[in-house]
Parts: sequence; C-alpha cells; structure tokens
Amino acid sequence: MTVPINRVAILGAGRVGTSIARTLVDAGYEVTLAGSGRPANVEMIAAFTAPGASARWAHEATADADLVILALPLHRLSSVNPVVLAGKLVIDAMNYWPPVDGTIAAFEDAPAGSSVVVRELLGISHLVKTFNHTGYHDLEPDRRPAGHPERLGMAVAGDVAQDVALVAELINRIGYEPVALDRLEHGQQLQPGTPLFGARPTADDIRRSVTSSVVHSA
Amino acid sequence: MSNPSDRNQLPSRPPEPRISDPAPGGLHFGIGTFAFQYDDATGTPVPGAQVLRDVVDEAVAAERAGLDSFGIAEHYRRGMMDSAGPVVLAAIASRTETLRLGTAVTVLSTQDPVRVFNEFATLDAVSSGRAQMIVGRGSAIESFPLFGYDLAQYEELFDEKVDLLMRLLRDQPVTWSGRFRTALTEQVLEPQVSAGAIPVWVGVGGSPQSVVRAARFGLPLMFGIIGGSLSRFAALSRLYREASAEFGQVEQPIGMHVHGYIADTEEEAVERFWPVWSAVMNAEAPKRGWAPYRRERFDAEVAAGSLLVGSAETVAQRIAAGMQLVGASRFDFVAAASRMPHHDKKESIERFGTDVAPRVRALMMQPAEAATR
Repeated sequence: MTVPINRVAILGAGRVGTSIARTLVDAGYEVTLAGSGRPANVEMIAAFTAPGASARWAHEATADADLVILALPLHRLSSVNPVVLAGKLVIDAMNYWPPVDGTIAAFEDAPAGSSVVVRELLGISHLVKTFNHTGYHDLEPDRRPAGHPERLGMAVAGDVAQDVALVAELINRIGYEPVALDRLEHGQQLQPGTPLFGARPTADDIRRSVTSSVVHSA
Repeated sequence: MSNPSDRNQLPSRPPEPRISDPAPGGLHFGIGTFAFQYDDATGTPVPGAQVLRDVVDEAVAAERAGLDSFGIAEHYRRGMMDSAGPVVLAAIASRTETLRLGTAVTVLSTQDPVRVFNEFATLDAVSSGRAQMIVGRGSAIESFPLFGYDLAQYEELFDEKVDLLMRLLRDQPVTWSGRFRTALTEQVLEPQVSAGAIPVWVGVGGSPQSVVRAARFGLPLMFGIIGGSLSRFAALSRLYREASAEFGQVEQPIGMHVHGYIADTEEEAVERFWPVWSAVMNAEAPKRGWAPYRRERFDAEVAAGSLLVGSAETVAQRIAAGMQLVGASRFDFVAAASRMPHHDKKESIERFGTDVAPRVRALMMQPAEAATR
C-alpha cells in the first residue's frame, strides 16, 4: 500500500458523497461513485452534482480503487459487502449521530468510537477516519491552498502510519491542513458532540483540542 | 399493485398531468412558520394556545400583504405548537379568502396517508379549494419513535406513503397493498377531491437521491435551505429537470424555503435577528452535537449564505438572484423559525408581502439587474 492514491471509489452518492467527489475531482483524482440504486441513476446524480466523477456498481468501483470512501448513512453500512473492501485503504467519513439519524444498536456501546465499530463490522484493517467532522456544505467553500492564512484543518485518524500519511496527503491536496492522529480510536474526539464537530477548526484548533498524542503534521 | 420497496421503479401508473401552482411563467410567494413558543415582555413564556392564535393572525396578515400561501411545519417537541397543522389551517381558512393553506413539511413517513387524505380533503372543502402540502422528512426525528416507526426505514416509509397518498389524490377507487399499513380494496374516501386538485410538493434538504425521488413521483420540488450558499442548489435543480425528463414526467415548478428577517435597515435586521436565531441554533447544538453557533457563522450566512436578513431591498435582491440561479418560481420565506415575539414575526411577514415580494417580481422581469448581484 505504498502506491500514491489516484483512483478513489466513494460509496454513497448523497450530500456527503457528492461533496467529497467534487473536491477530489477538482484535486485531480479519478473518482467513481456508487450509490444504493442502479449506476444509471447514480450516473445522472454524478453528471449534475459531481461532474467528472463516473458511476458504477460498488463492487466494480472498488475493484481497481486505491482508496474507498464510506460516505453512506451509517444505518446503510450493512448494505456494503465487506469482500469488496478486503485489503483496501478505506476512509470512514460517516458519523453515528442518533439525534439526527436515530439509534443503531451496534453503535450504542462504542467505547473506542464509531470508526472502530465500523472496522470490526467490516473486518478490515486499513481504516482511517476523516472528513466526518466537517459539514458537507462547508467542505468546498472552506478549501484553501497550503500556506493560505485562512486554511482550515482536517483531522486524519488511523492506526497504520502509512495509511494515515497517504490520506493526509489527499487531504492536503484538496485544500485542508491535515492533522494526523496516530490511533483510530482518537476519532472519538471528532465525533458529534465534541468541540471539533462542525466547528470549522484550524489545524492548531484541532491540535489544541485533541488530548491524545499527535504524531506529526503531514 | 405497487412495489414501493424497489426505489428504482416508476410508479406503476403514470400520474395525470395537472395545472401546476405557480403556472409556467408565474411566481408564487409564501410564508413558512414553525409556531415556536416565545416570551412576553416580562420574560414569561406565552401559553401555547395563544401562540396558535397568533399563527392564525400571522396568516391573516400574510393574505392582507398579498402573499400566495401560508405553510405550517410539524414538530412534536417542547415549546413548539405545530403538532396538528391541518387544524390550524382550517382556522386560518375561516378568516381568509385567497391564501393557499399548506404545510412545510408534513412528515409523511410517520403518518397514515389515508388520514392525511381525509384531513387535507376536508381542509380543501372548507377552504373552497385552497389546501396544499409539502411532504418530506423534516430535520427533526421525534415523530419516528412517537408514532412507532424506525428511522432507518425512512426511505422505504416515504416511498410507500407518497405512492399511496398520490393514488388517493389522483385515482380513487384505490386498490393497494404495502409493507406499512393495511391493504386497500376498491377504496373510496370522502370528501372526494378532483384528481390532482391538491398540490403536493416534495421537500428536500439537498440530498441528490431525494431530488431524483421527487422527479420519479412527478411532483414539484421544494428546497428546504438552512445553511450554505444558495448556488449549490442550482446543480440539484438541473438534476431534477433531467431526472423528470428521464422518467417521462411533466415539468413541475421548483421552490425555495429559506429563513430570514426583514427590518428597516441591514443593521437593525441583523441585531434583532441574531439573538433569536442564535438562541434557536444554540438550543439545538447540544442536542445534535453541533459546535456552538457563533456570530462569525451567522454573519457569513447573512452576507453570502442562506439567511435572508436585512432591509427589504437587500432581501429582495438576494431572493431574485437565488431564484434565477436555481430556476425557482416559488419562494417561501420562513419568517418565524425562532422564539421571536408575535409582533415582530407579523411585521416581518408584512414586510415580505408588501415590500419584498413585489420587488422580487420586478427584479425577475429584469434578469440582468438581478444577475449582476
């Protein structure tokens, strides 16, 4: 998993998935969207809301992807076939957000955070949490190039340093200052109800807020 | 028989074309309200019964100010009185002549479409044909546990219930079966309404799938906009048009439902709206796990986002530009989604009807002027 990321498959063609798709297309990535419906429906959605992204079935989109982004409602996670994620680098952009989406039994008791539960449910090893603490309608307008005085931060949490570094570079390329967190369970500090959630923080805000060790700023 | 669980399937019978409101080339300006309890001058909460009578009074003011419609939301939480919209709308019907009476939104996923038909057909009768509704999920979720539904089945519930409601409105007698209610056989409901007479809009918050769903049902589309740039709805609007054509549906109008406040000057509007709006947002923030709502976010929304706060001229310019960008012909101004006192809400509604809506109409006739904004 040392090849740089080029092809990205996004599972979920809703508000979050299409917002992420637009930022990735802008940054030069090859993006494929897969939704809950037929590719023809998703293709129409992609054509208007994420021009430049293509649409395929999830198993096709993930087959040759360097990175898969989970951007579907958490209660639809069971619709993802874990087989298509085997060995893949995966981003969890989802949130467990009961006041908005209702309760889900598997996530009610998640002492290590929702992403750790996602990783267990899918049985995968290369999971990184990012994007989740940013509002989908802030994601594009808040992008700024490196060195810009108003550049905001984006936390990237994962257990495998190489995975975190690869995703941090992607975050950097789309227009945010990545702040690497060296444990997936530190993603708890990015969840709904935390000071960072929806707060449009700078990288320094994230570093100050996150109580865990921050390995490096990529 | 319907198969609502297959979300890719067209309704089994194509809907009848109907006269849309607004008609092609026409414009429609309405009010949305939430019936929040508010405090009187001494800081004491005004009784809920009074809040509802105030809503009726605000609707009367909306008609007098020349507006086309008045829509009430649906919530089941402390401090909000909009739990039985059609009853309030019937009271408004008895005091108005021309105002269209609707909802924004009817949380159809947790209601029985048969009951909804009964209520709105009755409202349509007592108001001499003025009932309408916007159906959608809304952003609150209390109705799901309250009425015993699973939020995880939101899409399936919505698809099935829209399907049944539209059958009841378009082609009775109805023979129907689904997952979530008793089957119907050659069912006729009273009072009858002529096919397609009650406009049903689909309210969406920006989800592309919801836009495609509205197109598939052949229903007009209302964007409920609560944050961010209005321009991001332009792409969804094009998606809706394309999907409607793809599904062979009649072209339907697009509307926008946006929050705001109007006063004499920009400064006055901002300073009067900030306390009530931030109070609502910050009451929600801990419940929803949002970060606190800060003044800089408010100022950004007022300057270039989706809060229409300012003088009548400023608000009119922004509405006209937004409607042209999105291709909308209906605009619902949400003048009361806060604990703002009745008097201030009513005044904002009056300003919207008397000063803003006519100005937007004029601006929409001069695309170049609005487009430069």
